[in-house]
Amino acid sequence: MKVAFLGATKGIGRALARLMAERGDRLFLLGRDPEDLERSAEDLRLRAGRGEAVAGVASLDLEQPGTFAPALDAAEQALGGLEAVVVTAGLFATQDALEADTELARRVLTVDFAHTVLFCEEARKRLLKAGGGTLCVASSVAGERGRKPVVLYGAAKAGLTRYLEGLDHRYHGQGLKVVCVKPGFVKTGMTAGLPVPPFAGEPEAVAAAMLRALDRARPVVYAPWPWRWVMLVIRHLPRSVMRRVGF
Amino acid sequence: MRTPTLAGWGGASVPGREHVGEDLPALSRGAGLSRGLGRSYGDSSLPGQGVEKVVSTRLADRLLAFDPETGLLLAEAGLSLVEVLRWAVARGFWVPSVPGTQYVTLGGMVASDVHGKSHHRDGTFGRHVRSLLLRLADDRLITCSREENSDLFRATLGGMGLTGHILEVELELERSPSPWIWGESLRLGDLDGMVAALRESATRWPFTVGWLDTLASGRALGRGVLFRGRWAEPGEAPRQLPQPLRRRSLPFYLPEWALSTLSVSAFNRLYYLRHRRRPRPGLVHPEAFFFPLDAILGWNRLYGRRGFTQYQCVLPEGERPGATRQVLAELAASGAGSFLAVIKDCGPEGEGLLSFPRPGVSIAVDLPMGPGTQALVDRLNGRVIERGGRIYLTKDTLTRREHFQAMEAHRLLAFLEVKRRYDPEDRLRSAQYERLMR
Repeated sequence: MKVAFLGATKGIGRALARLMAERGDRLFLLGRDPEDLERSAEDLRLRAGRGEAVAGVASLDLEQPGTFAPALDAAEQALGGLEAVVVTAGLFATQDALEADTELARRVLTVDFAHTVLFCEEARKRLLKAGGGTLCVASSVAGERGRKPVVLYGAAKAGLTRYLEGLDHRYHGQGLKVVCVKPGFVKTGMTAGLPVPPFAGEPEAVAAAMLRALDRARPVVYAPWPWRWVMLVIRHLPRSVMRRVGF
Repeated sequence: MRTPTLAGWGGASVPGREHVGEDLPALSRGAGLSRGLGRSYGDSSLPGQGVEKVVSTRLADRLLAFDPETGLLLAEAGLSLVEVLRWAVARGFWVPSVPGTQYVTLGGMVASDVHGKSHHRDGTFGRHVRSLLLRLADDRLITCSREENSDLFRATLGGMGLTGHILEVELELERSPSPWIWGESLRLGDLDGMVAALRESATRWPFTVGWLDTLASGRALGRGVLFRGRWAEPGEAPRQLPQPLRRRSLPFYLPEWALSTLSVSAFNRLYYLRHRRRPRPGLVHPEAFFFPLDAILGWNRLYGRRGFTQYQCVLPEGERPGATRQVLAELAASGAGSFLAVIKDCGPEGEGLLSFPRPGVSIAVDLPMGPGTQALVDRLNGRVIERGGRIYLTKDTLTRREHFQAMEAHRLLAFLEVKRRYDPEDRLRSAQYERLMR
């Protein structure tokens, strides 16, 4: 599979890119820091045992929408087409940090919602032009219900989830397969320092679930799987309860 | 809410939290200690007083460069041995000098200058390290090797992470004729037999180690089982790669009465009798051979919430033999012996200024923590000092400062001199460093 990958240097993205490279996919890495991208590219090539596992890298900053189209053009050219676009990048901050810092809140809301959506729009256009393909995006269980610890971050992810849902409805008939992955708590650098809840996942296991979803074009998937049932319960809790509990 | 703690493998802990992230060069700025997978038994990976930032290296796990001609591998320091081996074995390579568990990081292997079943042939892990990239206490980045900053290089091999944060490790992998082990085990009735068999085996076998029944005493003192192996030749080995062994895990603490002198003694007897006097060689899975401890994840919970320590020392057996017998007699008399006791003949001393192995016999015994454990360790350390031996910092929890300084008078001074050169403000400090070295 020819894959443009945004977020392969860290966390779930790093684990997923390794699985894909090892099984024979061809990747093109997009991200902020070209040097860091090159280090990850070499890691993936060595793990795959194939130089062609990574066709190249290009700078793309989710804070600068102007970088989206040129980076995707470079990916398309280096790979000789595009069959899938994967997005695991995003910004995270705790609710306390976001409430204390308006500028940080603006960045998180912009990157995780508006700019991720604009990137997906660029990806969608290219995949549709090629006759279809898979757009696999990491949203979050934080977008499932307005909750005290993730009011702002959750709102951005809720918007992203809705967008991906609409995209699936609108373009499924034209061959666009949209996969919205909702990771629960995953032990990565992003969540370091937060108290670890039950059902916390390891990035490798979440990446494996994400890859299965991508291969089967499942429109929505929770990982680790218990979060599906956890969120089912949380979605149905009455407001009076949500006001009282801490999660 | 529970306050977060940092803990060693034996259960010793202090309040604190790891800084975790993929970007180790950035993360290590201003930090006072790095730790990998937390497999050192005591307080080696716990921060000293006033150390605020403790870095976890474990997400820095990228392969950076590899030359299949020479076997030279460059990788980030948080990469675990289990990952390196999974990758290397598929390419016909192995890591020389592996310890008894794969759940350690490359950085941790350097900091402890680990040794293993091939010490008599391969020396310590450090011998196979070509160069290191460190972040010094003043945030400078520095490369060291035998040619460049060699004083820092030698102090960092076995330097317990006290000279700088290890960011990248360049090491030489070895080619193995097959990924399988051809090995055998035999039972030996007493210490003399065991030591003689280890010596004799060392001339013919690249991998040797002995298990001891530390509760056997009198004429049976030092009885045990010797394991020896070599790489299987391609003709002897199956074509396929060894698949990772299934792991069981111990998800809870065992109650403390479960491991009593009685139950351990019964286990040891059965385990001893299960092996034969005459060896029957055969094919062995490399993980089962090198990493028997990894068969049960979280096995440190066997000892219950009281925790445990390991006592490991190496005793010269040249001019005045008998030191090993004294230490074992002390252990047997205390009744504190455990089902995990290991004996190994060590080869020549390595380059690391504080590296553990030296020529002689190494003994390692797990000891559950209890009211008598400190006194036992004191008595054992008395014997070790008397006989010119030393202890292994990576395992130590209870050694007293005056005992350690009596064992390591010269080497410690040499090490501290280099540490002062690169960390003059003494910013890099572990709890163990403050307990034993300052």
